[in-house]
Amino acid sequence: MALAGLGLLFFLLPLAGLIVRAPWDQALAGITAPETATALGLSLFCSLAATAAALGLGIPLALVLSRTTGNVRSVMRALTTLPMVLPPVVGGVALLLAFGRRGLVGSFLYQAFGVQLPFTTAAAVMAETFVAMPFLVIAVEGGLRSLDPRYEEAARALGARGWMVFARVTLPLLRPAIFSGAVLCWARALGEFGATITFAGNFPGTTQTVPLAVYIALETRPESAIVLSLILLAVSLAVLVGMRDQWLGEP
Amino acid sequence: MSLNARVKVRHNDFVLDVELDIDPGESVAILGPNGAGKTTLLRALSGLIKVVGRVELAGEVLEDSATGLRVPTEERHVGLVFQDHVLFPHLNVLDNVAFGLQAQHRPDAKRIARGWLERAGLAEKASAMPRELSGGQAQRVALLRTLATEPRLLLLDEPLSALDVTIRAVVRRELSRQLASFGGVRLIVTHDPLDAITLADRLVVLENGHVVQSGTPDEVTARPRSRFVADLAGVNLLRGKGRGDHVELMSGASVAAPDAGAGDVFAVIHPRAVALYLSRPEGTPRNVWQGQVEDIDLHGERVRVRVKSPVSLVAEVTPAAVRELRLHAGGAVWMAVKATEVSVYPA
Repeated sequence: MALAGLGLLFFLLPLAGLIVRAPWDQALAGITAPETATALGLSLFCSLAATAAALGLGIPLALVLSRTTGNVRSVMRALTTLPMVLPPVVGGVALLLAFGRRGLVGSFLYQAFGVQLPFTTAAAVMAETFVAMPFLVIAVEGGLRSLDPRYEEAARALGARGWMVFARVTLPLLRPAIFSGAVLCWARALGEFGATITFAGNFPGTTQTVPLAVYIALETRPESAIVLSLILLAVSLAVLVGMRDQWLGEP
Repeated sequence: MSLNARVKVRHNDFVLDVELDIDPGESVAILGPNGAGKTTLLRALSGLIKVVGRVELAGEVLEDSATGLRVPTEERHVGLVFQDHVLFPHLNVLDNVAFGLQAQHRPDAKRIARGWLERAGLAEKASAMPRELSGGQAQRVALLRTLATEPRLLLLDEPLSALDVTIRAVVRRELSRQLASFGGVRLIVTHDPLDAITLADRLVVLENGHVVQSGTPDEVTARPRSRFVADLAGVNLLRGKGRGDHVELMSGASVAAPDAGAGDVFAVIHPRAVALYLSRPEGTPRNVWQGQVEDIDLHGERVRVRVKSPVSLVAEVTPAAVRELRLHAGGAVWMAVKATEVSVYPA
């Protein structure tokens, strides 16, 4: 009992500290300050773009995962979930080694098209996608596995071909799983720090998202850091409350 | 349009091995206990599982493992109605019924679907979601959804088993009417003999993956060839070797019967032909056995008494007889059966 209380306190105290120490009188000014607004806008753009990318790539991946079995599946699953447990900084280094100017794919991109990914907004989006996509894949794959295969069979028996079965039956039935996966993925992308700062750097206006701005501001303008942290906290809480029914209710 | 199928499906230890020939317009019930392979057979015919063998519908080969030909489910025009309807939960009733028509790219799919709903008296449910329907309504919509695609072959998997007993009779009548109006081959899978007899012209009894018997309901119940059919016909089924004037059972006991023939035979004794006595009966019956009452079951105005003896049988007597003979489980009792009441036919 006492330990449980201590555990709860351990979670709550830092949050309380954040709220108590928040410079409420400067909060509004903090939010509207140009650098805050820039970081916020960039964060929103990058996290939404990363979620979109995760949807585009993650749903097909989940489909394949749910339809494979045995060793292939184990290996693929481990690979997709790896970014969830990998330290994000390591993810950033890995991305740099793959897509950097001298990286595996990066060197080709640079030589063939003159494209340099690191330290661009695209890199920030990639870093967030890398770290956040597993959340979507896991949620959608779980949804697919709990889907009664007879819905798809019934559709086929009624004469529906592959694409129609997918678009009119599978996808709509997966909507709750896709939604909850996308929200989780977006929340994770919004908070992304390690991989972003390693692969995309910290350039205000191009790659400096809110978490990065918080870290930098903590040294120079602590009150601004607190305001930004509060914003991220509010977003997290909103996600939690909004998803409550999703997680507790029917999948 | 006739259906000719020789299908073999192996699934772990279970083997389904069935030959089925159904004439145009015939309605056939596949009857069998749970686990007999009934659903597997329907899935095989609709192309949801691969078979070894050949499936031919109206002269068109749907599947032939010898040539590797296999028409996919969506191109077979075979209507499959699932056990618990499997309506698409995210589509309303009208969209569910229109689904198959849209798959056929019919521009007036919704109008046709509405027509089907109107004819079935379900027009006011058109915009209802499947979860708002009663079990009976959902089953009817599921059937309409399939009928609307005008399939060449209609496969129904336990169409009434998910329903409440109270509404089953109503839905069965409705189903019977709708099946009658469908001109093609109908195949109804069921474990309920009442469904089988009311919905089909012919029974095919499937047990353990094999067809054990086939024929009209009367033919099947008159000469049961398995415990399952004997139980549903309510008769005692014995199996042994014909020895001219008696049948020798596996246990070594013998049952007197005229014309017992030779070779493997079945012997059927109706429970009403089994007389019970407290002491060894006098008179002519040639089959007399002493046994022990195993259990007593009341069926309306009749009582079924299961007796364990060298030849274990079920006897059907009146409640008055039970009182008179003071029958109780575990009590001793004598059974007598006239030889002429034993009907014997080749196995």
